[in-house]
Amino acid sequence: MIRIIFKRILLAVPVLLAVATLTFFLIKQAPGGPFDAEKAVSPQVLKNLNAAYNLDASEWEQYTDYMTGIVQGDFGPSFRYPGRSVTEMILTGLPVTFELAIYAILIALIIGVLSGVIAALKRNTILDFIPMAIAMIGICVPTFLMGPLLVLIFGINLELLPVSGWNQIPGDKILPSLTLGFAYAAYIARLSRGGMLEVLNQDFIRTARAKGLSETSIVVKHAMQGGLLPVVSFLGPAIAGLLAGSFVVETIFQIPGLGRFYVEAAFNRDYTMILGTTIFFSAMIVFFNLMSDIAALWLNPRSRDES
Amino acid sequence: MSNSSSLWSDAISRLLKNKAAMVGAIILILLIICAIFAPLIAPYSYSFQNLDLGASPPSSEHLLGTDILGRDLLSRILYGARISLLVGFVATGVALVIGVSWGIVAGYFGGRVDSIMMRIVDVLYGLPFIIFIILLMVIFGRNLWLLFGAIGAVEWLTMARIVRGQVMSLKNQEFVLAAKAMGVSNLSMFRRHLLPNILGPIAVYATLTIPQVMLLESFLSFLGLGIQPPMSSWGTLIKDGVESMEEYSWLLIYPGITFTITLFALNFFGDGLRDALDPKTSDN
Amino acid sequence: MKNLYQFSFLTLLLFLYSCSENISPVDSGLENQVFHFGNGAEPQGLDPHIVTGVPEHHLLIGLCEGLTTSNPKGGSSLSGAADSWDVSEDGKTYTFFLQKNGKWSNGDPVTADDFVWSWKRILTPSLGSQYPDMLYYVVGASDYHNGITDDFNKVGVKALDKLTLEVTLNNPTPFFLGLLSHYSTWPVHKETVLQHGTIDDRNGGWTRPGNFVCNGAFKLKSWELNNKIIVEKNDNYWDSSTVKLNEIHYYPVANTMTEDRMFRSGQLHVTSTLPSQKCPVYIEENNPSLRIDPYMGTYFYRFNTNNPALTDPKVRRALAYSVNRKQIVEKVTKCGQIPAYSFTPPGSNGYEPDTEIPFDPELAKQLLAEAGYDENTPFPKLEILFNTNEDHRKVALAVQQMWQQNLGINVELVNQDWKVYLNREMIGDFQVSRAGWIGDYEDPNTFLDTLRPNRGNNKTGWENPNYDELIHLANSNNNQEERYELLKQAERILIDDMPIVPLYTYVRVYQLSSDVKGYYPNYLDHHHPKYWYLERD
Repeated sequence: MIRIIFKRILLAVPVLLAVATLTFFLIKQAPGGPFDAEKAVSPQVLKNLNAAYNLDASEWEQYTDYMTGIVQGDFGPSFRYPGRSVTEMILTGLPVTFELAIYAILIALIIGVLSGVIAALKRNTILDFIPMAIAMIGICVPTFLMGPLLVLIFGINLELLPVSGWNQIPGDKILPSLTLGFAYAAYIARLSRGGMLEVLNQDFIRTARAKGLSETSIVVKHAMQGGLLPVVSFLGPAIAGLLAGSFVVETIFQIPGLGRFYVEAAFNRDYTMILGTTIFFSAMIVFFNLMSDIAALWLNPRSRDES
Repeated sequence: MSNSSSLWSDAISRLLKNKAAMVGAIILILLIICAIFAPLIAPYSYSFQNLDLGASPPSSEHLLGTDILGRDLLSRILYGARISLLVGFVATGVALVIGVSWGIVAGYFGGRVDSIMMRIVDVLYGLPFIIFIILLMVIFGRNLWLLFGAIGAVEWLTMARIVRGQVMSLKNQEFVLAAKAMGVSNLSMFRRHLLPNILGPIAVYATLTIPQVMLLESFLSFLGLGIQPPMSSWGTLIKDGVESMEEYSWLLIYPGITFTITLFALNFFGDGLRDALDPKTSDN
Repeated sequence: MKNLYQFSFLTLLLFLYSCSENISPVDSGLENQVFHFGNGAEPQGLDPHIVTGVPEHHLLIGLCEGLTTSNPKGGSSLSGAADSWDVSEDGKTYTFFLQKNGKWSNGDPVTADDFVWSWKRILTPSLGSQYPDMLYYVVGASDYHNGITDDFNKVGVKALDKLTLEVTLNNPTPFFLGLLSHYSTWPVHKETVLQHGTIDDRNGGWTRPGNFVCNGAFKLKSWELNNKIIVEKNDNYWDSSTVKLNEIHYYPVANTMTEDRMFRSGQLHVTSTLPSQKCPVYIEENNPSLRIDPYMGTYFYRFNTNNPALTDPKVRRALAYSVNRKQIVEKVTKCGQIPAYSFTPPGSNGYEPDTEIPFDPELAKQLLAEAGYDENTPFPKLEILFNTNEDHRKVALAVQQMWQQNLGINVELVNQDWKVYLNREMIGDFQVSRAGWIGDYEDPNTFLDTLRPNRGNNKTGWENPNYDELIHLANSNNNQEERYELLKQAERILIDDMPIVPLYTYVRVYQLSSDVKGYYPNYLDHHHPKYWYLERD
C-alpha cells in the first residue's frame, strides 16, 4: 500500500507539469488580453504594459520563465491586481473555499449516506420514496436557484439568517453551506442507495443473515463497506467539482473564496492567476483522487490482495 | 453461463412490469414528441416579442404567461425542450462512449496501463473547464454540436473513474476468473462478461449524468457561454426566472416544474433499467 | 437516526439564530457614523495612475484629492488641493495656489513639487498608465508619454514655489478645470512610492494597508481581498472639520440580486446599481429608497463602417430610423431612461444639440432601397455583438425584432464574454456592437472627441475631416456660445453620417438608505464622501 502511495505521489509531478503546460498554451489562444479595457489603450501604452509583464517575449520564453518561477515557488504577480502576488491571492481565498467545502461535504455525507442507506434497507417503502424524492429535488434544482430561494425564505421573509457574507455576521455560513451541500447530498444519497442495494443482495450478506447476525451489525460491518464504494469513488471528482460549484454559491452569498477569484481571473485574462489557481487546483485533485483510491482499496478486500 | 439473449429478454420483461419506470418512460416519450413537433404545437414563435404587453401572468391568450419582452412562455418551454433534451442525451452519449471504454480498459488491465490511463484522466481534470469552453466557443464559433461535445468531453472523466472502480471489483469475481481460465478473448470479455454486469451502475450513472449535463448547460448560460439568444434552453429559462422570482413568479414555476418532471422521469426510468438488468436484485 | 439528526440540526439553527444580533449594520452605523457602501466589484488597486474603473474611483475620491474637486451639486469646480487659481487672458496658463495647510495623511505638507512629480509619474511611458490622455492637453505631455522626449522639463507643469503650481496648455481648453477632478491627475506621495519601488514599478507595495499615504478626507485602514475595504477619517486633511463620517466600509458585491437583498436586509446604505426587473416594481410601489438620477452617458450601437454592408450612410440611417427608442425605453429598460436623438446627452453643461432621429420605418425602407437593396439584392445578415449582460441582451433582442420587422433584415445576436467582446471591437471583427460612453468631465467634448479620426475609442472606422476640424476649432475657443455653435454643427454631421446609433441617455439607478444625508444627485456620478453623514429622521 505504501509503495502505491509513493508511486502515485511521484507520478503527480509530471501530471502537474503537464497541466501547467497545457493550460499555459491554451490560455494564450483565447482572444482578449488582460489589458483590454473599455477606454481603448493607445498602442504605445499597450507596448509598455506588455513589456512590463514580459508579454512581448516569445511564447516559449514566457513559458520557460514562468516554469522556472514555479519551481522556486513564485507564481508571479497578478496581472489584474497590480501589487498583489498570485500566491498571496490564492492563500487568501483558499481557506474560505476550503471551509465552505468542508461544511458542504459534511452535510452532504451525513445526510446523503444516512438517507441512502435507510432507503436501501427499507426499499420500496415510504422511507425509500421520501428521501429519494427529496434527493431528486436536490439534483434537479441548480445552486443558482436553490441559493436565492433559501435566501428569500430564510433571509428576507423570515429574517432568520443573514443574506450574505462570510464571517461578517453570525450565522452567515449556514445558508451557503446548505446550498452547496444539498446538491451533493442528493447525489450521494442515490449513489449510496445504489451501492447498498448491490451489496445487500450478494451472497455473503445472505450468509451473514442466515448465520443469525443482527441487522445492525450486518449493515455496519459488511454492507456499508461495499455500499460506500461508489460514494468514495465519487468523492474525488466531487471535491474537484466543488470549486466550480462554489463559484455560484460564492457569488450569490458574497463569499471571498477561491472559486470566485478563479472564474473572474478567467474572464479578466489574468494569466498568472489562472495558471496559479489551476496548478493549485490540480494538486488538490490529485491529492483527493489519491485519498479516494486508497479508501476504495481499503474498502474492497479482494482488490487489496492484488496489490 | 447464461445465454446473453435470454438475459436481455428477461430484463425487458422485468422493466415492463415496473410501474414507476413505465410512467417515467411515457413522460419522456411525450416530452420527446413535444420537442420534435414543437414548431407545430407551439402557439407562438419562441422569439416573437410583444413589447407592449411585457410580462403578464397566465391568461387565455398565453396559457403560461409571457416574459418581460412579451414572449409566450409555453412556446419557449416547448422549444426549450429541444435544446435541453438534445444537450442531455447527446452530451451524455459522448461521455458514455468515451468513459465506459476508457474505464473498462483501465480497470481490467490494471498495472501500468491503468496508471497511465488514470493519470491522463487526472491531467484532463485539472484543466480549467471554463477556459477550455471559452476557447472552444471562440475558435470554432457558437456551434450547438460543439457545445454538446465540449460538455460530453468533460463528463466522461467521472464516468471512466466509476466504471474503472466497478471493473476492478468485478475482475476478481469467479465468473471472470473462470472465463479467463477458459481463454476468452479480451474483447469478448469486455462485451459479454464485464459490460452486462456493469450496465446497472452505468445506467444509473448515465441517468444521473443527464440532469447534471442539463444543469451544466444552464451554468454556462449563467456565465454567458451557452445558447445564444433568442433561442433558450430550460436552463436559461430557469435562470431568467430566478431573477424575476419575486415579481413574475410564473417565469420560474413553469420551467422549473417542467425541468423537475423531466428529471424525475429520467431517474425513475434509470432505476427501472438498473433493476431490470441486475438479476440479483429481482427478488425484491 | 435520521430524525435525531434533523432534530439536532434544527436545534443548531435556533441556537445560531439566538446568537445573532438583531442589529443590522445600517442601524449600528447610525450611532458610530459608519457608512456601508456597495461597490459593485473588487477594485483593481489604489494607484490613481494605474487603475481605470468606477469602483476604484469610488475609493480614490475619498482617499486622495486633486487640484479641484467636482461640485457635488453640479456646476463649476470647487477647490481641492488647490485653494484658488488664476487663468491667463489667452486661457493657456493656469496658476494654482495650493491650500496652506494641505497635508498628506502622514502629516507631510502637500507641495507643488508633489504635483509635478506625480504628473511625471503618470506620464512615464514604462509605467504603462492607461489614462494619460487627461493630461495630453498640457504642453509636451503627449511627447513625453510617447517617448519622443525624455526631458520632463519640456512638459508644461512647473512648481513656482512650494505652494504655487503653473500649468501651460497647448490650447485654451475650456474644460480643463473639470478634467482635474479625474483621478489620473491626482497626486501620489513621492517618498512612499519610492520607498517601496521605483517611479514606474506597477507592482510596488506602496498602496498596501500600512504603507498607503494620500491627501484625501479619509485614509486606508484595512483591505480584506474580495471581502471588505475599510477607510477611516483622516485628521490631517485640510478640511477635516467638514468630514462627519468616521469610517466607510466598501463591499465588492458583483451580483446585483445579492446587492439588492443586502440592501433590503439593512446591510448596505447605498447600492451600486439595481437589478433591472426590480426597477418598474419599485417605481410603481413608490419605494422611498429608489433613486433615479440624470447621468451623463449615452447607450448606443456602433457600426463598423468598414464592413461592406455598412459603408453607405443611407444604410446606417435606415437602421437608425427603424428603431423605436420610445418603446425600448418604456418597455424594455423601463427605468426612467430617456430616448437619445444625439450622441452628446442634452443639457451637458448647458449644451443642447438640435439633431433629430425620427422613428420612420417607411423612410427607412426607402433609404434602404435607395442604397440598392430590394428583393433581388437582399440585405445581408447583420450581427449584433454585445458582452454578456441581461440588460444588453434585452435591448439587442428588441432591436433585432425591430430591424427584422421594419426592414426585413435578418439579424443574429452574438453574445461574448467581456474580454472577447473588447478584443473583437478593437480589431474591428464586428458589424454592429453595443456600446456605452460616460462623460469624464462635464463638457460635450468628452463625447464628440471620441469619434475623431485616430482616436482609440472610435472603433467605427469613421473619419470625417470636417467633423475633426470643427471640434479642433471649438477647443481653441474660449467663448462658450461660439464653441457650442461649432460643436452643434459637428454633432449634425455626426448624426447625418450615423457611424453610431444613439439609443438612450443613461440614468443612475440605485438604492439609498433614508439615513444618508449629503449625497446629492450628480451628473457625472461624482459623490464626495466628505459631505456625507448619517442621521435618522
